[in-house]
Amino acid sequence: MSEISQRRQIANGREDKMAQSTIASIIDHHESALLSEWTRRQMESLHTRRDLISDAELRDDSRNLLSALREGLVHEADGDISKTGWGKARDVLGDISRRRATQGFTPTETATFVFSLKQPLFDRIVQAAGSDARELAEQIWSATMLLDKLGLYTTETFQRSRDELIMRQQQEMLELSTPVVELWQGVLALPLIGTLDSSRTQVVMQNLLEAIVSKGAGIAIIDITGVPTVDTLVAQHLLKTVAAARLMGAECIISGIRPQIAQTIIHLGVDLGGVITKATLADGFQVALRKLGLAVMKP
Amino acid sequence: MDKIPILHVGPFLLVTIQVDMHDRLALTLQDDLTTQIVSHRARGVLIDITALDIVDSFIGRMLSNIAGMAKILDAETVVVGMQPSVAVTLVELGLSLPGIRTALNVDRGMDLLRASRESEGPIVGSREIT
Repeated sequence: MSEISQRRQIANGREDKMAQSTIASIIDHHESALLSEWTRRQMESLHTRRDLISDAELRDDSRNLLSALREGLVHEADGDISKTGWGKARDVLGDISRRRATQGFTPTETATFVFSLKQPLFDRIVQAAGSDARELAEQIWSATMLLDKLGLYTTETFQRSRDELIMRQQQEMLELSTPVVELWQGVLALPLIGTLDSSRTQVVMQNLLEAIVSKGAGIAIIDITGVPTVDTLVAQHLLKTVAAARLMGAECIISGIRPQIAQTIIHLGVDLGGVITKATLADGFQVALRKLGLAVMKP
Repeated sequence: MDKIPILHVGPFLLVTIQVDMHDRLALTLQDDLTTQIVSHRARGVLIDITALDIVDSFIGRMLSNIAGMAKILDAETVVVGMQPSVAVTLVELGLSLPGIRTALNVDRGMDLLRASRESEGPIVGSREIT
């Protein structure tokens, strides 16, 4: 077993060059046949998703990748796709997987695009190798390695474009979800919606403190009705915000504490001492008015 | 050597910090302030830090020291005009300055001092000594 793998390693270095160039020559000679068989296989494997992509687009993508593949094989003989000679192939693949990600394909379907080239390519290799078993094994091995690398690269790019999408949406959510509203002259409200983490608290704190300065507000009501869970970290963030507002000379009221949240806070042993807490925003607003010496009455 | 001026506003003292605080300046300020509280029988001290945009633990400690000293001399301290970035820094440093009262600006700080002075009320001593 080990002897075989050892021989393979030695053989890899020596014969890869030849093997790769053979793949290139196969692509050269049988380009149209490879292309039609490859696209046919793709259409078979994607038969349920035909609404997402047109035949023409699929054929164009395949043709582009095949020519980029040949170019890469000619420039860089050892199948290392991170080298500069593979730049075009990487660009084509990256573009395809980004497009597939936005079109709504799964990672498997996107990677299958590359892997479905194996069968037609192997058929040609078998024909070319004839009865030489050793030669055949080497060819198949290097072709598999190359296509696997390309397939993995596709998945990686697919994943990365998804991650970028998520990051962008997170950023948008961060900017959208922290409004500071003025309820009355000198009374600000900060309705918090969604989970509070460190980076969001930073933005919330900044917005609130700046609004306190610009509006000259003496009282700020932080409403946590929309915060799904309060753990020790969230509580700590809230207390920090309250402390910072107090340092600037504004008083904070925390409102919108749901029954479950009240239970959690006590179970966790969080000390909210020194902060006025109210069950609803209305109660908090009443306290604020009373502190300003105002009252609401019927005319 | 520069000095931080201390202004008299009615029964209160107003200190406006506009320069970078360093150790010697802070000590001089503490000295001057305590002397003036005693000599003018001041009942309150306003420290305006609107112009201060960088703080460290030293300045935080200095503020609470001044408040402590004033308290012993029966004067109340109000820190006014703290910038948002300064407030965040102090909280992150763990210096939330307990025992110091704060206000948004000098006006409000003055109101605060007046209010707490009125609530004390005049001293009435009518107990008969027998």
